[in-house]
Amino acid sequence: MTTDRIEKEILLRAPRARVWKALTTASEFGAWFGVKLESEFSPGARVKGQLTFKPYEHIIFDFIVDRIEPEHFFSYRWHPYALDPKVDYSSETPTLVEFRLEAVPEGTRLTVIESGFDRIPVGRRAEAFRANAGGWAEQLNNIARHVTSQ
Amino acid sequence: MSRASSAASLFAALGDETRLQLLHRLSSGGPGSIARLSEKSKVTRQAITKHLEVLADAGLVHSARQGRESIWALDPARLAEAHQALDQISAQWDVALERLRQFVEK
Repeated sequence: MTTDRIEKEILLRAPRARVWKALTTASEFGAWFGVKLESEFSPGARVKGQLTFKPYEHIIFDFIVDRIEPEHFFSYRWHPYALDPKVDYSSETPTLVEFRLEAVPEGTRLTVIESGFDRIPVGRRAEAFRANAGGWAEQLNNIARHVTSQ
Repeated sequence: MSRASSAASLFAALGDETRLQLLHRLSSGGPGSIARLSEKSKVTRQAITKHLEVLADAGLVHSARQGRESIWALDPARLAEAHQALDQISAQWDVALERLRQFVEK
């Protein structure tokens, strides 16, 4: 019954080295995530860039790289749903996003864990909750349209 | 109460370790009295009562009088609402990972 974390697992039919490259190379990460990143990843580095999907092309997305353990583990910290350009999110406690890669006979098992939601300020969780409750279905449609039009 | 302030009180109620522990106890152990809920707790009964009242104000729990004591129980619908916010971010991850799949499997 946690409200603090999200955990996802996906089986990718691609070698672990391929998945690793897609996760930790700025241009490749940007291609599937939908962001034009300005620099490569290294521990402690701040990576930022402009989102490339509607309706968020005006939003600067950024994260701080946490740990990089080649082909096994990659993590970063960011501010989830930081989608209002008028708000300075830098004083808030970020969430931690962790990617774990495991080689399996079919390819690569990728686990994604995002944690720390309980430390997000109450007011903004409420705001995000309200914004998301109505608008998220429409956002998903936008992303889906974007992906299929590429 | 508007939707936003309603959600704010919900998350304020959830943003405390003792209250999360209380919810966990009610969830795993079922309805209980203050005496049972404060067992093995470092917090006093009075404090537990206060925390339960905050949870009740947010609609997460309710109490019913049974003889000389109140029995507190979870209100699952309200908790489901808190999960809804996470579900939306979860859906966002599903979309991103599906794009990653298409990217690495092509």
